[in-house]
Amino acid sequence: MDSDLSSQDKKDLDKFIKFFALKTVQVIVQARLGEKISTCSSSSPTGSDWFNLAIKDIPEVTHEAKKALSGQLPGIGRSMCVEISLKTSEGDSMELETWCLEMNEKCDKDIKVSYTVYNRLSLLLKSLLAISRVTPAYKLSRKQGHDYVILYRIYFGDVQLTGLGEGFQTVRVGIVGTPIGTITLSCAYRTNLALMSSRQYERTGPIMGIIIDHFVERPFTNMAHMHPCSYRAPGEDDRGAYAGIEDSQEVCTTSFSTSPPSQCVCTVSQAHFKTPKPALMATLKVPLMGLGISQQLYSSRMSYQTPPLGTVDLCHPTACTAAAHPHQMVVPGKEGGVPQVPQQPNHGTAADHGRIPSCPSGQSPQPIPPTSCSNEVKSVSPSDAPETTFTRKVGAFVNKTTTQVTTTGLDLPFAAFAPRAYDLEENDPMVHPPPSPAPSSPLQGSLHSNSSSHCGGQPQDDFVMVDFKPAFSKDDLLPMDLGTFYREFQNPPQLASLSIDVSAQSMAEDLDSLPEKLAIYEKNIDEFDAFVDTLQ
Amino acid sequence: MNCRSEVLEVSVEGRQVDEAMLALLHTILLHRSTGKFHYKKEGTYSIGTVGTQDVDCDFIDFTFVRVSSDELDRVIRKAVAEFKDGLGNSGNDGMGQISLEFYQKKKSRWPFSDECIPWEVWSIKVNVVNLANEQERQICSEKVGEKLGEKVINIVEVINRHEYLPKMPTQSEVDNVFDTSLKDVQPYLYKITFQITDSMGTSVSTTMRRLIKDTLAL
Repeated sequence: MDSDLSSQDKKDLDKFIKFFALKTVQVIVQARLGEKISTCSSSSPTGSDWFNLAIKDIPEVTHEAKKALSGQLPGIGRSMCVEISLKTSEGDSMELETWCLEMNEKCDKDIKVSYTVYNRLSLLLKSLLAISRVTPAYKLSRKQGHDYVILYRIYFGDVQLTGLGEGFQTVRVGIVGTPIGTITLSCAYRTNLALMSSRQYERTGPIMGIIIDHFVERPFTNMAHMHPCSYRAPGEDDRGAYAGIEDSQEVCTTSFSTSPPSQCVCTVSQAHFKTPKPALMATLKVPLMGLGISQQLYSSRMSYQTPPLGTVDLCHPTACTAAAHPHQMVVPGKEGGVPQVPQQPNHGTAADHGRIPSCPSGQSPQPIPPTSCSNEVKSVSPSDAPETTFTRKVGAFVNKTTTQVTTTGLDLPFAAFAPRAYDLEENDPMVHPPPSPAPSSPLQGSLHSNSSSHCGGQPQDDFVMVDFKPAFSKDDLLPMDLGTFYREFQNPPQLASLSIDVSAQSMAEDLDSLPEKLAIYEKNIDEFDAFVDTLQ
Repeated sequence: MNCRSEVLEVSVEGRQVDEAMLALLHTILLHRSTGKFHYKKEGTYSIGTVGTQDVDCDFIDFTFVRVSSDELDRVIRKAVAEFKDGLGNSGNDGMGQISLEFYQKKKSRWPFSDECIPWEVWSIKVNVVNLANEQERQICSEKVGEKLGEKVINIVEVINRHEYLPKMPTQSEVDNVFDTSLKDVQPYLYKITFQITDSMGTSVSTTMRRLIKDTLAL
């Protein structure tokens, strides 16, 4: 078979197949980046655009593709597959589609390699561009961001379609016959988008929710090999046109930023999904279009995760009312204060181990909040509390008798949440801070419960909202607090125009005036018709 | 040779006609356009690069890929706009068909003008529907998006059969095969025509034949 092919043709064919495979991967991954792709036509051939198509090369993707190929080429029995999957911020993931570049044994001996095969491969790439916008994963990928991201994985070998669920569909992008076999490009995509995945082991016992935790350990796959469909070159912007692959084929050196800013994926190679999600999602809007996920799901997930988290109840109700910035939900009510006791119910003893500024729900660490948390930790630690009392922002959750609380320019963005912890004051580190040196101010003393050896022992059951300043309500121009505003405007006077009509006219009068009104309308009928025409 | 003929049918709402037609015509033209040819000595030529761009539809839940050529886009949009006007003038429940024909020119001797021999014709039949409320329009937008997706798959399927394509021409013959008037891409010679069927279903009663692209009209 191969002997019929000249060595030059064989060499060319291998090169074409190799670059075709690399370009295929680029097209697929770029189609799942979540953004519109645009490249420029160029009438002058640059010699570096394979298949006469302007397809940019993301170096990471090329690198991954080459790694998967490991010097081999797609061939008979050796398929190259690109698996696209979705991963939610909760850690659930779901395979959406698998693109397969395969070769079968049907050969076309008479075909010209350097011309016909090349042009047909070019045509196949164009078809891939078109089809990749048609499968369901495209729309999902365009909406990726806070709630979920799209990941890709390249593998070589046997095609695995079991992760696509029942009833998956297949679309054939195209075929190109070559003297050594027929290249086929196809896509198998999931049709059942309900996020239901089975679990191999249970972490903490059964949950009531619909969704069971995921991460099936598949023999051939490893989630660590999944890569987000996003690319951000550090410090570099999109430069528009950039060099394609040279014939000698090394990774393109220009880089570009295409991932949306909301996507806080740290690096392209990391498998973890790092996003500053709200820790608790009871208020999360239905995030996944077409995936049938409901809020109830997230609530049940939350309850599932409760057991290991001692103070999650503290956070939960507060988070529920948070209209605030999700990043800041991590430290509700404690701007500058002591962060939540993350993991241990016995905060008293645990506090000495240091306040871990982690998200109480046990999610993977968030890139943005830790910055703020850690700053807070640095500035205020339990043992430092006495010295830094006045930098410590105290909320409304204070004793009545301590007026100083109101006069120190208190500013608690999340005071809304503080009162809800009434019933959990024994868990509240503000109420029961860990043993600390003698407080140097009555402020400090007021925050300690009578269980603390240092405080003056204010009664715990008599907390009054003193100075309630809701989040982001600082307004020097109109210094009115929300409560006052609400009370003042709760019963506005009736509108003058309405009151006249309602009181003056009765039903009978209304009916009597109808004929006159109708007459007027009939007179002006042309005007109305003209108006309707302009609407059409 | 036999001309290959493919028919696609879509039902769309009035305001979706433009985008639906653009989506399908551009998808076909994407596959039927190459980069600009640059002929060198000894009969060899090099081919320019074709760029692509994604286009989101406003009234249909769909994104299509077109060739990055504003000139070509303008020509197609003009043709589609005329088709839509024709549909609009015919009445509310309009039916029509827009055809994209690829042809080759065959030089004839004087005094006969050149022949245009089609080798592939794509006919898109359009049925315009009226919808009563916004909810129906929303559903229609998604449904039409899915339908267009199916049509794109159909188009790709036909094209990847790799049936007849004109041979690559020599420099002297390139204008008989390709439209070389655009500066950034080079589609095969094509013309767009349309027919409007009135609501009674009778065709050709108001046939309008418009040649959008410069061809030698017979």
